[in-house]
Amino acid sequence: MNSVTAELLKLVADYKDEFDKGNFAGAYNIREDGQCAGRQSTKNITITSKTDLPGLEIHIRPGTKGETVYIPACVTHSNIDDLVYNDFFVGEGADVVIVAGCGVHSDGEEQARHNGIHRFFLEKGAHVVYREKHVGTGSGKGQRRIDPVTDVHLAEDAVLEMDTVQLGGVDRTTRKTTGVVGARAKLLVRERLLTDGEEWARTDFDVTMEGEDSGVDLISRSVARGHSHQEFNSNIRGNARCTGHSECDAILSEQGTVVAQPALEANHIDASLIHEAAIGKIAGEQLLKLRTLGLTEEEAEARIVEGFLK
Amino acid sequence: MLKIEHLAWSTPTGEEVVKDIDFELGDGKLVVVTGPNGGGKTSLAKLIAGIETPTAGRIVFDGQDISGLDVTQRAKAGIAYAFQQPVRFKGLTVRDLLELAAGGSLPEEQLCALLGQVGLCANEYIDRQMDTSLSGGESKRIEIATVLARKARLSIFDEPEAGIDLWSFSRLVETFQSLRARHTGTLLIISHQERILSIADEIIVIAGGKVRMAGPGNEILPELLAGERAARCPLGKEERK
Repeated sequence: MNSVTAELLKLVADYKDEFDKGNFAGAYNIREDGQCAGRQSTKNITITSKTDLPGLEIHIRPGTKGETVYIPACVTHSNIDDLVYNDFFVGEGADVVIVAGCGVHSDGEEQARHNGIHRFFLEKGAHVVYREKHVGTGSGKGQRRIDPVTDVHLAEDAVLEMDTVQLGGVDRTTRKTTGVVGARAKLLVRERLLTDGEEWARTDFDVTMEGEDSGVDLISRSVARGHSHQEFNSNIRGNARCTGHSECDAILSEQGTVVAQPALEANHIDASLIHEAAIGKIAGEQLLKLRTLGLTEEEAEARIVEGFLK
Repeated sequence: MLKIEHLAWSTPTGEEVVKDIDFELGDGKLVVVTGPNGGGKTSLAKLIAGIETPTAGRIVFDGQDISGLDVTQRAKAGIAYAFQQPVRFKGLTVRDLLELAAGGSLPEEQLCALLGQVGLCANEYIDRQMDTSLSGGESKRIEIATVLARKARLSIFDEPEAGIDLWSFSRLVETFQSLRARHTGTLLIISHQERILSIADEIIVIAGGKVRMAGPGNEILPELLAGERAARCPLGKEERK
């Protein structure tokens, strides 16, 4: 593993030296510039290479509890266009954490891109916390791009909590999330995004609730600074008795711009769908309140943004 | 400790809300500002906190002319201000706000003590976000706690009773009394509540943008209560003088 990967891993995957020393007990696969830089399976979690496409198959045995799988991917220089297909098969009743950070570093003129296509198949009653953190580093003019695709299939009573964070440094990103939610299953998505400079980010979210009493909760919070631009598109579809909720809040700063196009589609009389959206600069009264506590205007703004994206 | 000299303020549309207000506050006193709605009380509080800029007059705090200081500078000089309408934040917790107010991290027992002073149980609230999930009364009490946390030389409360239930209000009155007993700072409370008026060292009645009456609480309150029973609207009183 090279030093850039080591630095990126610290940022995206709670990386500890244990990976290097070889005494990390959990399952992991580290992808570096399209190659495997380290892999380990455990008794309950098996990681194997796909035979037809680049990428992995991760099988988690039914009933596995309390384990964490790390599958970070790093692009450490420009002129790399990494495409990977990772499939997660989570057995019935398993309860695990999956950490899939992605770091892209470019010091050159060419583009550095990672495109991870992740499919999740959760069996009955499985529970997964999926953490996805994206960072871009390096001073090169080459574009840093991360274009993740997440496709979720939840069997009855399964729960996927997806926590996705991208706080600057990625020049261009399109994040597509699709899903089908079964009976009593829940998909909870929490997205936090900060763009600055000339960065451009797009979120496409399309989920169908097929099962009775299924649920989707999508919370997106973003800050658009500099001359950056964000586009948020969501479609929550209810084909059965279900509850869907999406909430997208965006803070504008400087010359940042945001387009939000949330959609709800109810195809069943008992589908209950709600959308809340708010875009605007930080409310003057919020700045004022923190200033009455002794903060300067700049300190107040920084604190509000920090809390908002926490 | 606070001297208001010929203070005046007009709205951007030219409406004269505060007209030549003069008064002085003593150290460690509990002073209640009262008077009819629209009389200029909140504007006066905002002028002292630096949220509005006076069109004329001076504000002297601990011997220093603070008229030219902005909100942050006045906060640092020792002025705390509890908003009449609490401000909500998506992402800031009750703990975050109390710690920002105190200027550093607070141990659990201090958080408990602060929230206890406004009748809230800390365990239920410290990690909650100060957003719309809190009721009006809850957020109002947290707003007051952020001012208590500052331990400021001068604390201004704008209608602390608004939206608070009777039990929490009683707790709040006790808190104001114990703050005064400890002489930890001067309290300037805008209120219409008889129970708050009854514990005031001094009462200032503001109407029509002017001080209509001011003096010791035990002298002013009986006059106010007698006036309340009068048939005439108190708004016109200063014109008749």
